Amino acid sequence: MRTARAQSILWGVVGVLGVAALWELYKAVAPDEGVTVGSITVLPRTTDIAMPHIWDMVTRLFDPVTRAADADVLWWAVLQAAAFSLGIAALGWVLGVISGMLLALLMQRWLTAESAVLPWVVLSQTVPLIAIAPLVKRWGTNIHVGSFQWENWMSVAVIASYLAFFPVAVSALRGLKSPPQADTDLFHAYAAGWWTTLIRLRLPASVPYLMPALKLAAANAVVGTVVAEVSIGLGGGIGRMIIEFAATASGDPAKTWAPIFGAVLIGLLSAGLVALLGRGLGRFRRGEVPA
Amino acid sequence: MSATRAAVTIQGVDKVFRTRKGGEVHALSDVSLEVAAGEFVSLIGPSGCGKSTLMRLVADLDPATGGEITVFGKTVEQARKDQDYGIAFQQAGLLPWRTVRANIELPLEIHGVDARARKERSDELLALIGLEDFADHHPDQLSGGMKQRVAIARSMAERPRLLLMDEPFGALDEMTREHMQNELVALCQETGAAVIFVTHSIPEAVFLSDRVVVMSPRPGRITDIIDLSFSSRDEDLREDAAFYKGVTAVRSALHGGADASPGPRGVENR
Repeated sequence: MRTARAQSILWGVVGVLGVAALWELYKAVAPDEGVTVGSITVLPRTTDIAMPHIWDMVTRLFDPVTRAADADVLWWAVLQAAAFSLGIAALGWVLGVISGMLLALLMQRWLTAESAVLPWVVLSQTVPLIAIAPLVKRWGTNIHVGSFQWENWMSVAVIASYLAFFPVAVSALRGLKSPPQADTDLFHAYAAGWWTTLIRLRLPASVPYLMPALKLAAANAVVGTVVAEVSIGLGGGIGRMIIEFAATASGDPAKTWAPIFGAVLIGLLSAGLVALLGRGLGRFRRGEVPA
Repeated sequence: MSATRAAVTIQGVDKVFRTRKGGEVHALSDVSLEVAAGEFVSLIGPSGCGKSTLMRLVADLDPATGGEITVFGKTVEQARKDQDYGIAFQQAGLLPWRTVRANIELPLEIHGVDARARKERSDELLALIGLEDFADHHPDQLSGGMKQRVAIARSMAERPRLLLMDEPFGALDEMTREHMQNELVALCQETGAAVIFVTHSIPEAVFLSDRVVVMSPRPGRITDIIDLSFSSRDEDLREDAAFYKGVTAVRSALHGGADASPGPRGVENR
């Protein structure tokens, strides 16, 4: 058990090192201008601007962000931006999971609701993010309740939830419908109502379907947050940092990669948090491993 | 037999299923049967004879198209709401996330029995089915026979006076099956519950039942009822001549009635 765990960690490290090695190998072997067929570049350029050395990217993290005297060291700035984005993504995830679950419950409860709502749920994901971002912002700024003011970060969280709810709604619906007829018959024989059947049968049965959906929702929430930060124009997060640093790419190519590492970090963290949640629900997941 | 003493009365029941293409399947036609309190009745017949359908009507899992069914003098819906019967299906249908004990306690939990009374009852039942040592195991750690025993314990959790069983041993191997039959006989003698038992095994029906109801398909109907009044039901019965006579009687009834076998119609005639 322990050795299996150590092995999987080892292979994880080998995987990361492998990617780094491939990067450097390609950079060393391939021509500077990449490989072109006609006028189409089929393999990327390998100049230091296009593909900085791994070690340059890493050492750049320990230099200040800019030459200004009071500038933070780069890794610290990235970490702060990552924390900011992670917070928004987490809120978006929670909103998405709640709305996804509510939609799934609605669709499970009423068959008509399923035929009416499900097409819209699927359709919703075909609308590009950059199209809805300004809409959400405009709708939000029209909300005035007492001293409450709609902030840009709220728009970003809403857009993140817009991406996160989809896998939850679809998988939760499948999970809620997963109990075989023998089980629902049994609950009917016990004269159990919809609510009791939901709590004692359908929800527990849907956990194995929900776990992958929650992970997917976490990844979607992170992507949604980063992209929405750019579209809405919200500063302080990874999204804006990627754009800002990209502007300096020609002069400081290694710096461009720092916020990308930040985004990867958020992704890993959120996936890890969901996995942790899954451990707490272990007893509902016995069905995942046929014994 | 007075109406109050009957566990189940079925009178002229019809069941018609409508298929999606607008056709009709006549699953049951003019079925009448009375099951006395404490009586063990098996329903036997080929696939499609409506034996499971009949049991589902009694359980109020499907509505009858015509006729009348009462359970302890009440409508089937009322009987279901009053939890007058326990039920077990061919698949044990245990909830995988619950331990053996929690599965047995499920109906008690749903009906708001407090924790201490639940534990008391599940202790009794675990002892009854001989799975005390497996109380905290999960269903995936049990064999098929053990799971079925848990399902039967669950069906008895609320001390019902009527048990409805739809081929509960159908998925078990012959050895386990005979063992389970012996246990069911013992359980029924202890609890005094009436049983409606759906099966397509002739020896199983004969070994367990006071009466075997023989059904035939298209449309599903009762063609014969065979009385078996054995003085005792134990391992010896399986080797007894009376048992074989019962098997022969049921078999000939299944294969088309009197012309197939001139033998006795029931062991009381021996």
